[in-house]
Amino acid sequence: MEKTVNQRAWLLVLPVLVLVAFSSIIPMMTVVNYSFQDSFGENIFFWVGLEWYQELLRSERLWDALGRQLLFSFIILMIEIPLGILVALSMPKKGISASICLVLMSLPLLIPYNVVGTIWQVFGRADIGLLGRTLSDLGISYNYSQNAFDAWVTVIIMDVWHWTSLVALLAYAGLRSIPKPYYQAAMIDQASRWNVFRYIELPKMRGVLMIAILLRFMDSFMIYTEPFVLTGGGPGNATTFLSIDLVKMALGQFDLGPAAAFSLMYFLVILLISYVFYTVMITIDKDEAKQ
Amino acid sequence: MEWMAWTLPTAIFFLSIGTLLIGMGLLHLKYPSTPRVGVLGIETMRGDRLFISLLGSAFINLAWIGLLDAPQYGALIICGLFAIFVFRWV
Repeated sequence: MEKTVNQRAWLLVLPVLVLVAFSSIIPMMTVVNYSFQDSFGENIFFWVGLEWYQELLRSERLWDALGRQLLFSFIILMIEIPLGILVALSMPKKGISASICLVLMSLPLLIPYNVVGTIWQVFGRADIGLLGRTLSDLGISYNYSQNAFDAWVTVIIMDVWHWTSLVALLAYAGLRSIPKPYYQAAMIDQASRWNVFRYIELPKMRGVLMIAILLRFMDSFMIYTEPFVLTGGGPGNATTFLSIDLVKMALGQFDLGPAAAFSLMYFLVILLISYVFYTVMITIDKDEAKQ
Repeated sequence: MEWMAWTLPTAIFFLSIGTLLIGMGLLHLKYPSTPRVGVLGIETMRGDRLFISLLGSAFINLAWIGLLDAPQYGALIICGLFAIFVFRWV
């Protein structure tokens, strides 16, 4: 039977287009407009051309925040991905213990971002916090509000605590989808545990792990609430990541023009990285389909 | 619309992008694009190549602003050459 081309189905996409236009495209156009102008409020704008872009691209502020952001994303990926896989491999495979484990693993994901920040802010305090007080009693100098290294360690541990379970759950789903004959074949070949992981589990988890890496990278690259509540971007600018810096510029200083230029550059970096990840994922999917 | 702070240059910019997207959509209906693998080693359609051209052009413009004090049309010329390269070889 010959198929007929019917493009009318595209009309069904219209409501989504309208929604996206109001939630993303129109605000984005406004940001582009702001980025070429200066404003002192009252909805009055002055054309400044490329001045904000020039100023930002040649200032240390943007590059420092970008450097901190990339370092943070790199560190948390290096910790959360292997740790998530390790947790998934250690989780029970069936029975009530598997269900309990899944519920427990989901708990940190259900906590709102600002609550996570508050929990760790109290937890780390040297006077009343369990972590801070214990470390102080052990004679270890720890103060996340005054020491940049301590602040970084706390922000990273907080993120690992909050998000490793997402990686673990995704990896667990990947592991559960591996058909039993693969393991039976490995057993017949007397493959070691490491070889089972290296040649069966890891390749089979490749798709979900790419999703986990993409999600965690994008989320960590846009992190705002938790470090803002915990450290406020300090001490100094030690934990001022891109979004914290952007909010300081837009709302703290009310520099709408520079903040708009900043957010557009931030968006372009995210768009580039997302496209690279998307392309890699599509390529993996196609390779798997061919196999 | 006043709150959107429209200016003539930004309006022309968005009109160009919109026209480009509509034009490419119509072109696809008339002459459907077929996927091909270019120098990047990834499968691309005409729309992908447009996206890569636009995204690359944004970074070329930013690099031009950040590194040089030359007029911006220089960056636009490079963007045009980049787009030709992408549509021909990517």
